[in-house]
Amino acid sequence: MQKDHISGPIWTSATFRSVVYQIAAISIVSLTSWYLFTNTTANLAKQSIATGFGFLSREASFEIGESMISFSSSDTYLKALAVGALNTIKVSFIGIVFTVTLGIFVGIARLSSNWLVSKIAAVYIEVFQDIPVLLQLFFWYTIFNNVMPSPRAALIPFDGVVLCNRGVYFATPADHPAFLWMGYAFIGACFLTFFLRRWAKKRQEETGQIFPLLTVSIALIILLPTVTWSLMGAPTQMDMPTLNGFNFEGGYNVSPEFGSLLLGLVLYTSAFVAEIVRAGIQSIERGQREAAESLGLRPLFIMNLVILPQALRVIIPPLTSQLLNLIKNSSLAVAIGYPDFVSTSNTTISQTGQAIEGVAIIMLMYLTISLMTSLFMNWYNARMALVER
Amino acid sequence: MQEWRLWKGRLKVEMMKSYAETQNNPLSPKELDSSENVPIAKKEILRPPVTETGVVGWLKANLFNSPLNTFITILILLTFYKLIPPFIQWAFFDSVWFGQSSGCQPGEGACWAYIPANIRFVIFGLFPQQEQWRGLIAMLIMVGTVVYSRKRDRWRSSLAYVWLCSTVVVAIILKGGILGLTPVESTKWGGLLLTLLLSVVGMTAAYPLGVVLALARRSKMPAILTMAVVYIEIIRGVPLISMLFMSAVMFPLFFPEGVTVNKIFRAQVAIVMFTAAYIAEVVRGGLQAIPKGQYEAAESMGLNYFQVMRLVILPQALKIVIPPTVGILISAFKDTSLVAIISLYDLLKTCQSTLSDPRWMGFSTEAYIFIAMIYFLFCYAMSSYSRRLEEELSTGQRD
Repeated sequence: MQKDHISGPIWTSATFRSVVYQIAAISIVSLTSWYLFTNTTANLAKQSIATGFGFLSREASFEIGESMISFSSSDTYLKALAVGALNTIKVSFIGIVFTVTLGIFVGIARLSSNWLVSKIAAVYIEVFQDIPVLLQLFFWYTIFNNVMPSPRAALIPFDGVVLCNRGVYFATPADHPAFLWMGYAFIGACFLTFFLRRWAKKRQEETGQIFPLLTVSIALIILLPTVTWSLMGAPTQMDMPTLNGFNFEGGYNVSPEFGSLLLGLVLYTSAFVAEIVRAGIQSIERGQREAAESLGLRPLFIMNLVILPQALRVIIPPLTSQLLNLIKNSSLAVAIGYPDFVSTSNTTISQTGQAIEGVAIIMLMYLTISLMTSLFMNWYNARMALVER
Repeated sequence: MQEWRLWKGRLKVEMMKSYAETQNNPLSPKELDSSENVPIAKKEILRPPVTETGVVGWLKANLFNSPLNTFITILILLTFYKLIPPFIQWAFFDSVWFGQSSGCQPGEGACWAYIPANIRFVIFGLFPQQEQWRGLIAMLIMVGTVVYSRKRDRWRSSLAYVWLCSTVVVAIILKGGILGLTPVESTKWGGLLLTLLLSVVGMTAAYPLGVVLALARRSKMPAILTMAVVYIEIIRGVPLISMLFMSAVMFPLFFPEGVTVNKIFRAQVAIVMFTAAYIAEVVRGGLQAIPKGQYEAAESMGLNYFQVMRLVILPQALKIVIPPTVGILISAFKDTSLVAIISLYDLLKTCQSTLSDPRWMGFSTEAYIFIAMIYFLFCYAMSSYSRRLEEELSTGQRD
């Protein structure tokens, strides 16, 4: 606060005025809130709707089409919301993985020296950015429902993949204990790589010797599970989707709702990610690469030590906000009937009439996700930031 | 960008040449040309080989410049060959353009007859047929306002009045009831008309609110700063659909009994609240970009806070952030499609409801392609404008 040196009536003092303004602002906001609050309680009392979160422990009595945990209509609303939250996390996580991959690919393609590739990437970016994501969801959903054939006439592009109006079916490896152990082996390999990296870095700092970390860690991550698999008897039995009556059985089923939600979100968001990646790569001046080359660094080191750390600094902040957008846009699932968090909350609201609590729960959930992501990103950004003298 | 630089370089050389010619000074055009003492006209021009210029050269440089690129090009061309002819067959040769749905066979060609048969409903929703010219004029005014604002010399405070006036005029035209216009219930507004209304009016209302929020967030008064931060961060952290649910199920509870506010207006309020938070962040960026000296100079002139902001800071800050503001207008335009979820009849919802008509049920692909093209046209126009603007604005700083 500014100190004021002019003596005079109290209302000419800057401190006094700022206090008055703040009191005025606070009172306007609180009076409005109080007005809305009294209206709301009066209305609720008139409609005899109980407030509070007690309804969460009541029986939900609605079914949920897709669930990662077992759920029946006799479970509570709380569990229904948990199912929805898990579904949101599932589609967001898979969506983010695909979006980043596709976005990087298209972003690099946009910079390709091949005119055709670069132009296709440009058209892709422009088209998918400029059509509302909700319309894209409806479009893919209608493709699944109206254009795809019935299970009896299903499209089978190659063995193990089936496309029909009930979704996409993939063949999966048949149940075998070997796969569990492969999973352990994979996790073990990841840990080993982590420690290897620390050791290699330390050794390089002490002796200057460079350890071929990338090759060794890729070999570790691929070899360890493969060796486990062959030691356990190399099971090759596949669980194939087969037509049984009117539907397919076996394999892994991606429902039309989940499929079109994922497709729409990924295609829409990756167009934005591609632009971010392109801008990030272009932001690195040519001199950086030339300087690195003149130091005698090998191409891989140039990429790893010079280009990527700088490009990532430009890419990460807008990328974060796009991925947050993807998570928020996954709430559009409610429009095509995928039971995500908003969708189950919406059903809960319409069944119980607990509008305020329902909307509050939705907002709180997404706020938590957003805040956690921004905290993580701030931490990451601080780690990546330029360390200046 | 590179082409632009190249062109500029060439322009410079040309200008130097012509300057030298007019001045007839020692720096003659001959010397500018690399070869010495040979007049240009008489010099035998050695043309580059045919394989390096023209179509062949272009193909070689852009499509077949390495084995990998040759492979990729051939792969893409093959895919095109597989995909494009069937698509053209479906969209143009086997398609039905006019008439009723009975003329269309599902699964054969595209049924573009959907468009002439449903276009009125898709564009205007339930707006009464004989009054639809009013909807058309309202849309033209809204689009016209946006188009009018594109020129940089019009970015003055008078522009705000233009937007305000056109909003009022649009409201009068649509609502009717005066000047001999038949009143039209706002529940009947729909289609593209409603989409434009929600986005353009939403922008008009959200802009001043966003500027106020941005100023509040830069304020030195802790209470005001905190309120602004809390508001902006909460809104930016939640999806728009939760705001729309709030408008649909919570807003009615906020008003005393007997007061009902119609659904479109409630959704509009939610969109304004949502957009304002994003505008606030953009404007804050502009405010931060103004050098401190500007504030200090203005204050030393004896201007008070409001004068400093209104006369010195905001005119500069708001101009810097026009390109990202266009970006917000684009997302607001796309985001209005979400009101379809709370069953308001915007462009997307009118299109969907025509598809529940048994006659047009099987032709949802055509219908969605049609409205996707409408959305695309509007967004593409705005985004290419904003790109051009960004280039124009940044050239001054780069060179």
